[in-house]
Amino acid sequence: MAERSFKKEVEKLRLGAGEVFEGEGILAVTKALLQAGVAYVGGYQGSPISHLMDVFADADPLLRELGVHFESSASEAAAAAMLAASVNYPLRGAVAWKSVVGTNVASDALSNVSSGGITGGALVIVGEDYGEGSSIMQERTHAFAMKSQMWLLDPRPNLTSIVDMVEKGFELSEASHTPVMLELRVRACHVTGSFVARDNKRPPLTVGEAAASPRRDVNRIVLPPANFLHEIEKIETRWPAAVRFVAEQRLNEHFGPEQDSIGIIVQGGLFNTLNRALELAGLSDAYGAAQVPIYCMNVTYPLIPDELRAFCAGKTAVLLVEEGQPEFIEHELNTLLRQADLQTRIIGKELLPRAGEYSGQVLYDGIVGFLRKWAPERAPQVPVPVPPEPELAKVVPPRPAGFCTGCPERPIFAAMKLVQRELGEFHVSADIGCHLFSILPPFHIGNTTMGYGLGTAAASAFKPSEGPGGRRAIAMMGDGGFWHNGLTSGIGNAVFNQDDNLTIIVDNGYSAATGGQDILSSKANNPTRKTNNPIEKAVRGMGVRWARTLTRTYDVAAMRDAMLEALTSPEKGPKVIVAQSECMLNRQRRERPLMAKAVKEGKRVVRDRFGVDPDTCTGDHACIRLSGCPSLSVKANPDPLRQDPVTHIDNSCVGCGNCGEVAHAAVLCPSFYRASIISNPTGWDRTLHRVRGAVIGWFQRRQARGIAARAF
Amino acid sequence: MSGPFPQDRDRITIAILALGGQGGGVLADWILDTANANGWTAQGTSVPGVAQRTGSTVYYIEMVRKGAAGANRTDPVLAMMPVPGDVDVVVASELMEAGRAILRGFVSAERTTLIGSTHRIYAISEKAAMGNGLGSSERILDAAERRAKRFIGFDMDAASARSGAAISAIMLGALAGSDVLPFERDAFEAAIRHGGKAVAANLKGFEEGAARARSRVDEVEAALQPPEPTTAAGAELSARIAATLPPAAHRFAIEGVRRLMDYQDRAYAAFYLDRLDAIRALDNGQDDFRLTREAARHLALWMSYEDTIRVADLKVRATRMDRVEKDVLLGEDQLMTLTEYMHPRLQEVCETMPAWLGNAILSRPGLCRRLQPFFEKGRHVQTTSLRWFLMLCMLAGMRRWRRSTLRYIHEQERIEGWLDKVRRVAATDVALAAEIVATQRLIKGYGDTFERGLSRFNAVVDAAVPLAGAPDAVERIRRLRDAALADESGAALAGAMEQLPPARVQENA
Repeated sequence: MAERSFKKEVEKLRLGAGEVFEGEGILAVTKALLQAGVAYVGGYQGSPISHLMDVFADADPLLRELGVHFESSASEAAAAAMLAASVNYPLRGAVAWKSVVGTNVASDALSNVSSGGITGGALVIVGEDYGEGSSIMQERTHAFAMKSQMWLLDPRPNLTSIVDMVEKGFELSEASHTPVMLELRVRACHVTGSFVARDNKRPPLTVGEAAASPRRDVNRIVLPPANFLHEIEKIETRWPAAVRFVAEQRLNEHFGPEQDSIGIIVQGGLFNTLNRALELAGLSDAYGAAQVPIYCMNVTYPLIPDELRAFCAGKTAVLLVEEGQPEFIEHELNTLLRQADLQTRIIGKELLPRAGEYSGQVLYDGIVGFLRKWAPERAPQVPVPVPPEPELAKVVPPRPAGFCTGCPERPIFAAMKLVQRELGEFHVSADIGCHLFSILPPFHIGNTTMGYGLGTAAASAFKPSEGPGGRRAIAMMGDGGFWHNGLTSGIGNAVFNQDDNLTIIVDNGYSAATGGQDILSSKANNPTRKTNNPIEKAVRGMGVRWARTLTRTYDVAAMRDAMLEALTSPEKGPKVIVAQSECMLNRQRRERPLMAKAVKEGKRVVRDRFGVDPDTCTGDHACIRLSGCPSLSVKANPDPLRQDPVTHIDNSCVGCGNCGEVAHAAVLCPSFYRASIISNPTGWDRTLHRVRGAVIGWFQRRQARGIAARAF
Repeated sequence: MSGPFPQDRDRITIAILALGGQGGGVLADWILDTANANGWTAQGTSVPGVAQRTGSTVYYIEMVRKGAAGANRTDPVLAMMPVPGDVDVVVASELMEAGRAILRGFVSAERTTLIGSTHRIYAISEKAAMGNGLGSSERILDAAERRAKRFIGFDMDAASARSGAAISAIMLGALAGSDVLPFERDAFEAAIRHGGKAVAANLKGFEEGAARARSRVDEVEAALQPPEPTTAAGAELSARIAATLPPAAHRFAIEGVRRLMDYQDRAYAAFYLDRLDAIRALDNGQDDFRLTREAARHLALWMSYEDTIRVADLKVRATRMDRVEKDVLLGEDQLMTLTEYMHPRLQEVCETMPAWLGNAILSRPGLCRRLQPFFEKGRHVQTTSLRWFLMLCMLAGMRRWRRSTLRYIHEQERIEGWLDKVRRVAATDVALAAEIVATQRLIKGYGDTFERGLSRFNAVVDAAVPLAGAPDAVERIRRLRDAALADESGAALAGAMEQLPPARVQENA
């Protein structure tokens, strides 16, 4: 079960012709796929395309009705390999992932499927995680499209354009026998809007029917001599076919006046931002009525030479808005113009930043610079920038991402801090997943991160030296990364090469960072997937001899002791600790409504929450440095003599117990308490409470008299 | 700043800055709903992802009146992110997020109505500081007033607690109450109803938010009044303070006496005043009697050191149980049990014993080794059970014999050592003596934390004494004290110590 339920969105997938679909961009894509008669869909979750995967996962009955096969692929490589179904059969297939990381993982299969070519339309939907809010390296998917010669669509970010481009993408793919990438930037995935739906289409051929009558063409297999043939085919037939299709179907658009001495070429995905920048410069309005010619590339690869030459001819200068680097389009466009002997100046990265997201401000500045040079009479009066407030910048603190309230991964790193206190610092190879937040405050743990499921492999160069002083490295891995590829490239590699390091696998029951999707080791019973495959069994099957599963990460002392043992045990070979506790975000989503319901029904319910006594807390905040829980905060010290704020636990506390356990394991302070709150207490609860209350009350009254007697 | 961008346009832009889990997305949905249902085309977008996990996120909304004349297209082309200087409304769910909106340039004096909650959710850098790392709220409030066209700020978190609504409902109410959007109040309420979740509570919160946006109420903090004496002994000591100490020191001295009477007894409080009088005698009154003032504060804090007796005493009080019940929002028909996380080590137990006995144990390493295993594990002490309550009560009752405990003897020795240095320095350098007094701030916590603080305190004080008379002595000691609170490893303090020139002989002593 994913973090969000998409039952409502699934209903939207059933909309028929003429009805209006309202929702997020990425959900519009799901509907567009069904309208295009897709036969199979796969992918791997990750921001910003997780919702596409989640909706399909929740849409099982509808997909069955339509005869569409959907699977949550084990990795992007698995998803890309699935496109093999479109090689021999007229099956439309789509796969989705977060890019550029997912494309990296998928690239082996992508190269193969691009080389052999396809019969049925193959669409790769990539969520381009670039710019603000991104959590990955800043690279362009464009490079992959170019190197494998797959076509790259970058539609204008409104739902109608995106949906159209899904349909056109399949047609382009079939017309040119080439897989097509549909690139959606983060905000386009989450943008709200509407489009007029069409009926869903049952695939003309289902995957089951294809499997029942297999077809084979040796020329589509990447092996000599066909591989050499493929390269020629790409250049001589597929590429020209694609260029022809894009031109005939007018996939790229023109805006603004026909004649001008200047013009702007823009990637489709940046069109809206460009229009806003032009509007602010007085050269367009909120409806896109630009006063400068714009060539909007909804297809950014391949380029359409005739269209580009025609657009540039007769213009002195053209601004090219191409986000990211290297500036592949700019290079190719310049070559094109040179070969056509056109003297139009292409102004791209010489004016716009070479690196970083093209925000409205960036494009506004770029346009102003461009106009000043090439059409000074149209350059706007630039507003005086607001004076900066350096003092304010010092006051506003950064808010790095961190573990959620009650996160079961927090105690793992608290324990690791205690281990380092005892044994000294360790090299910690981090992985991808929520646990990577350990590199941020307050834990500051983790030296490198090399990719999803690669934590253990990234520690493999560290062989402890023999004898005293030898120190094992620690590798982190999440359950998501483990099943993605960590089992083979991490654990298998470590066993085979006789590594002597410790791998800690965080087993929280979900692929948590991507939105809480089920994976092989999830504890939930999923009607359409096979779950409950223990990680420890898998690593033992791989040949690991030293493996422990701790079923409650909140037991900080046990976590610490297990790590101490793994790091000091004389036994050689890879050591694996599986640290198990359910992702708190998902657990709360599951349990909170149940608890509220039970309370309402009058059932006895006990809820724990923690607190700090402000009169014994001295304001050192060591507990916070070992936790970072959002509910563990500070407040002004109620004691008029003390100056430092006291620790304070607010009502968002979910009672995980980490702070108490940390206070115990690190011998911090006696200020933490756990309040167990009993709703709908039983008769026995009440009796016990009354008896205790009577005795305790008597002593407290006596004590209060004593205090009053010696009071000020 | 001159008028930034063209003002005459039929387009409204709204940026919402919220932290993960505050319902910024819900608020955005409500606004989109309201706009789309009332003749506007609205588009929202956001950048969730990892920012959702405790980070701060911007939700961005644009809306255009439907049917307004477009040049050649009917569908508007709406942007995906705010451009500085082009934002009509900023809604910030927390004070520093309002500050962040200003820093990012979203707030402009020509255009922007800034609606911000004034409560704080502290960032990890503020919380994890070893001393006081909190950012200045006044700075943000000041900037909000200066930089926005209009600033509507109030504590929306408190309003949320009062009404039982999510903070997003308060924010929507404030937005409606600001009258900056062209929608009637029931249009917003319809969106809440349409959302269908916790409708009654959210409508109540909405109303409160709207009311607060319309009428500005300044939140004034009541100044703390010093306590009035309730006993004859209290009155007598109070009179003594009034007679012997400068008024500047009265507040801390009264608080000190109150605290030490509660901690031990009248005699102990009188002992405190004796010590304080000795300091007062050396104070030349500079900086409004800073030496005496700080001594009144820090001496009281040190003399009420947190031993096991004090902790037990505070844990079993009826007033404490009441406070906890309030803190955890215990309902009328709910019951509660309380469990403490305590970890008394052998050392603390011995320190609670009579000095001779405690010393006898601690000075025998073999015995200590054998006893150690009994003190390895932390205890879960259920204060609401009779067994543990009575045990803590008994421990609290040992207050009467506190003066004979090993810890008492140790602490009084340390206090005397400190006061001795203060007196010696004060003879020539009152300002530096006050700094030595204030360095007591480094001593806090329990166990290892306490020992770390104590050793840093000693290091700073030892460095301070030889500086008496040096022109920059005060500044140097302040720097050392800050360094001592800069990190847990002590690297900053060690670095600062190294920068200190070799101790000079007190030429003018």
